[in-house]
Amino acid sequence: MSRSIKKSKNNKFEKSVLLQWVGFFLVRLATYAVLFILIYFLYDIASKGYKSISWEFLTEAPRKGMTQGGILPAIVGTFLVTMITAIVAVPLGMAAAIYLNEYAGAGRLTRLIRLSIRNLAGVPSIVYGLFGVILFVNILKFGTSVLSAGLTLGLLTLPWTITASEEALKSVPDAYREGALALGATKWQMIRTNVLPYSIPGMLTGAVLGLARAAGETAPIMFTGAAFYLPYLPRSLKDQFMALPYHLYIMATQHHAIDKARAIAYGTALVLIVFIVIFNLGAIIIRARLRNKWRN
Amino acid sequence: MHSVKKKGFGSNLKESFFKNLFKISGLLTILTLLGIFALLLYSAVPAFKEIDLKEFFTSTRWDPTSPEEPEYGLLSMLVSSLLVTAGALFIAFPVGVAVAAYLSDVARPKTREIFKPVIELLAAVPSVVVGFIGITLIGPLIARVFKMSHGLTALNGSILLAIMALPTIISISEDALRAVPQSYTEASLAVGANHWQTLIRVKIPAARSGIIAAFMLGMGRAIGETMTVLMATGNARSFPHGFLQSVRTLTANIAIELGEVPYFTTHYYALFALGLVLFLLTFIINLTADLIMEKQKRKLL
Repeated sequence: MSRSIKKSKNNKFEKSVLLQWVGFFLVRLATYAVLFILIYFLYDIASKGYKSISWEFLTEAPRKGMTQGGILPAIVGTFLVTMITAIVAVPLGMAAAIYLNEYAGAGRLTRLIRLSIRNLAGVPSIVYGLFGVILFVNILKFGTSVLSAGLTLGLLTLPWTITASEEALKSVPDAYREGALALGATKWQMIRTNVLPYSIPGMLTGAVLGLARAAGETAPIMFTGAAFYLPYLPRSLKDQFMALPYHLYIMATQHHAIDKARAIAYGTALVLIVFIVIFNLGAIIIRARLRNKWRN
Repeated sequence: MHSVKKKGFGSNLKESFFKNLFKISGLLTILTLLGIFALLLYSAVPAFKEIDLKEFFTSTRWDPTSPEEPEYGLLSMLVSSLLVTAGALFIAFPVGVAVAAYLSDVARPKTREIFKPVIELLAAVPSVVVGFIGITLIGPLIARVFKMSHGLTALNGSILLAIMALPTIISISEDALRAVPQSYTEASLAVGANHWQTLIRVKIPAARSGIIAAFMLGMGRAIGETMTVLMATGNARSFPHGFLQSVRTLTANIAIELGEVPYFTTHYYALFALGLVLFLLTFIINLTADLIMEKQKRKLL
């Protein structure tokens, strides 16, 4: 340090120190700005939305042309669709990840699968919606229903659950695998007894994060099953349903009395965000715990 | 231990059963990607029985429900998509790389551990909520600043898409910066460069491919985003002439019209043709990003 002070007579050196200070200041400023924006958004919705939240809001159907009442059908609809999404995306995601991490070699097929996964993750959500309309609604004749929407969201979530599951599998040390194989276990025995028990918590954490994102998607369900307004809850998988994100879209843009609907829109946005933040925090906490466990 | 005894024909069968089960799940991803392409193509082709392919790509007029002469030109919407995306990247790329640099090179490990999940949380905010913020917060702000009747413009969409593209750009750029071998940094510091000079002249150039890939993936994300632009950009059909105009992107147009179009009409098929264009556009962008990242990985190994 003392040497650098002596050197600071050197003009060029002083300039570079100043530049470093300015540079670090700018990148720090950018980061704080991003955090501020996120927090401000959440604060804005929370502060305007909490007034709408009441027991009635959470447990009743919309009334009077959706200017009063609650959002229960939307909560139930989103829950149901997310269950279907989970049934599709979680087991398939785990299975594909097991194949990639435990069985697949470095061949061309493996590269092709990985390429497909990364590209599927980049397919726009509205394109998944179009795909769902053709395949599930029309070709397979599921109609616009909970089932069609759930399957569409399932495919959209698949690349995320595969990636998360693979990450969890990678975190299991190879010694666990070698130990099992050295004792004469077959590959599947090894996976079942020495790999899966240690990776399932991580896989499920990733799955929860993926499902939280799927639950917030609107474009894929708009044309595959989500309904503008339904006074009743869906009674079968072939029924249409209301969903939180779609309800928010309707209340924010399509409603005949936007001003009256604004309070409900804020309330819906808050409920949606609270769900997603809870899921995310849960997953983050579990992940942090797991990481510490591995370290010890 | 007792498993050793069990090894035999039955066990082999079980082994191959599970292996194939997992393999099929893996293959399903290829099938899904091909399926999306094939079914979009299958549903887009009938549109061109009535629509001239050249008109579709070069006309700026899209008016499928016109009583006299329906028109199917995607150019206005394509340019709108690109305009909003360009604006978004203009904001999100410098900010995203700066945040990535902060997280990888400036922040203390503890700070980083807190900030990373928060930025992940930003990625989890649903696009419909971002669109809602565009209507209630950013839009009115734009209207006030530029003294307009409403703020539902391309600029609004760009700002919101920038926010949505940030998590992608940040996390991929940060990975790229962290993948730069420690020896590069040490060598640079050893010859007397300070941390800032090392970051700017050594690490960022070394991580260049990854950062370009982050740019591409952010672009893919922004072009394909639907709800946000649908809610926040006003959806005017005219050809865009600037950021302070209402625009209608490809994604928004599909979302608006698919709800009201009768099934299996030329208009219906034309919307799938738009979907196909969108799919191919994002596919090419993502594939390019992918190739760049692969190259980077091989270089650093």
